[in-house]
Amino acid sequence: MIIQDLMTISSQKEIAQNIFEMKLNGKLVGEITSPGQFVHIRVSDSFEPLLRRPISIAEMNPEKNEMTIIYRAEGRGTSLLSEKREGDVVNVLGPLGNGFPVEETTAGQTAVLIGGGIGVPPLYELSKQLTAKGVNCIHILGFESDQVVFYEEEFAALGETHIATVDGSNGTQGFVTNVMSEIADDFETFYSCGPMPMLDAVQKAYVHKKGFLSFEQRMGCGIGACFACVCHTNENATDQTYVKVCSDGPVFPAGVVQI
Amino acid sequence: MNRLAMTLPGLELKNPIMPASGCFGFGKEYGNLYDLSQLGAIMIKATTEETRYGNPTPRVAETSSGMLNAIGLQNPGLQGVLNNELPWLEKFDVPIIANVAGSETADYVEVAKQISKAPNVQALELNISCPNVKCGGILFGTDPEIAKELTAAVKAVSAVPVYVKLSPNVTDVKAMALAVEAGGADGITMINTLVGMRLDEKTGKPVIANKTGGLSGPAIKPVAIRMVYEVSQVVTIPIIGMGGVTCVQDVVDFMSAGASAVAVGTANFVDPFVCPTIIEQLPARLDELGIDHISELVGRSHRV
Repeated sequence: MIIQDLMTISSQKEIAQNIFEMKLNGKLVGEITSPGQFVHIRVSDSFEPLLRRPISIAEMNPEKNEMTIIYRAEGRGTSLLSEKREGDVVNVLGPLGNGFPVEETTAGQTAVLIGGGIGVPPLYELSKQLTAKGVNCIHILGFESDQVVFYEEEFAALGETHIATVDGSNGTQGFVTNVMSEIADDFETFYSCGPMPMLDAVQKAYVHKKGFLSFEQRMGCGIGACFACVCHTNENATDQTYVKVCSDGPVFPAGVVQI
Repeated sequence: MNRLAMTLPGLELKNPIMPASGCFGFGKEYGNLYDLSQLGAIMIKATTEETRYGNPTPRVAETSSGMLNAIGLQNPGLQGVLNNELPWLEKFDVPIIANVAGSETADYVEVAKQISKAPNVQALELNISCPNVKCGGILFGTDPEIAKELTAAVKAVSAVPVYVKLSPNVTDVKAMALAVEAGGADGITMINTLVGMRLDEKTGKPVIANKTGGLSGPAIKPVAIRMVYEVSQVVTIPIIGMGGVTCVQDVVDFMSAGASAVAVGTANFVDPFVCPTIIEQLPARLDELGIDHISELVGRSHRV
């Protein structure tokens, strides 16, 4: 169930250049049903900035009523969020959307998780849940440079982890696709989150595989009422069918959304 | 005594607070969050005769204390609304105001004729002010004579009272208000969004795919208050005011300016519980103002 919760910040730290990890405590955590869901955060008590910020959930701990979000302080809203400190209270709406289907991969099978930049965080909880049930996870994480690489060790603790950086300062030089071409093709499913061109490349490379992609789109309400975040689907030739990223997604089976 | 009850043509309102059209979908999303029967009414998303798929994305952009949108009246069409949206809302004890849009007079007339017969539709809101569609909308909303004729045509077929939603994107809003009143409008809703644009800081190009969008949110409240103030002095039909309402004081301001009820739009995106919160806080605010019944607020800015 979607609730609006006043969550308390239990920790906030910069884990890479302008990349922040924030841990939040509140009853909303008990409502999270799948990795890949997101929350809508009000970053200010005033109406400047006006809209909430959609941020994916990177990790959850229902026993402690705690969740982790990882975000890039880029615009005004996320910069304001990065200035908040431990003990501060944040107005959070969520959990929102439908996450990655963990049940699509069974114990003993292999899943490839491909993330780009700030699309990496939701893959962490996904990998934790998949590995916990006996799935072998291979992670391919793409970043601009070593300065913005995060959670390399955390992912490595869960399974085989490959890093790609555009400038070659960490791991393979280039994009996640450069690593993908070197990975054995004997896996069952892929899960991906990142910028649209990356999702496009991943989908094309693994067209013969079962996969799930998480999309991003500018949002208004975050709950499906305003129709701001629509994407066209591949359902018919007229390109007139659509889905709402916030409430139908953000995760869709590969091939459903027109990229 | 219900201190918040208001009676308007076709509408027995438990309170004068209602979500504005376009900001509340067809109610389902918010109906999962709280009991919609708490609301005074619901202004549902614009309905056109045919299914509309809306504008390309990005469709929204944030601005200073506001937002731009160019959704493009995306909706499942008249039959979709009649079959799949309105029946679901029947379980709530709340009047529905159906927002009617079209490209030409015949479209408006057809939608009005059919949707006004739905059991829970108590009034129509004639959308002649959407700034984001190429045909219809803004053309009907900026020419007084055309607006008057359209109002009369819809009134002739509607089974329920007709409110006309005025655009702020005109030189003389009073002339538009008088025109629709002369056309037989039972009430006026105002204002719709102001046409605006935001450019990308890096590329210098418009952020919204449609280039321009409708500006809403707290940034437009002073414009809306001024227009309600002006129009309420020249027409005799009631006004439902809106534009940047976020809190209980904004409701007091709109009613003081001359509105008989108030719609909440963009604030629903910031706080999905904003409407029930305002309704809950209204009695205490009336106490603070020394007012017994909310109707005493209406138009007090004009009184000597």
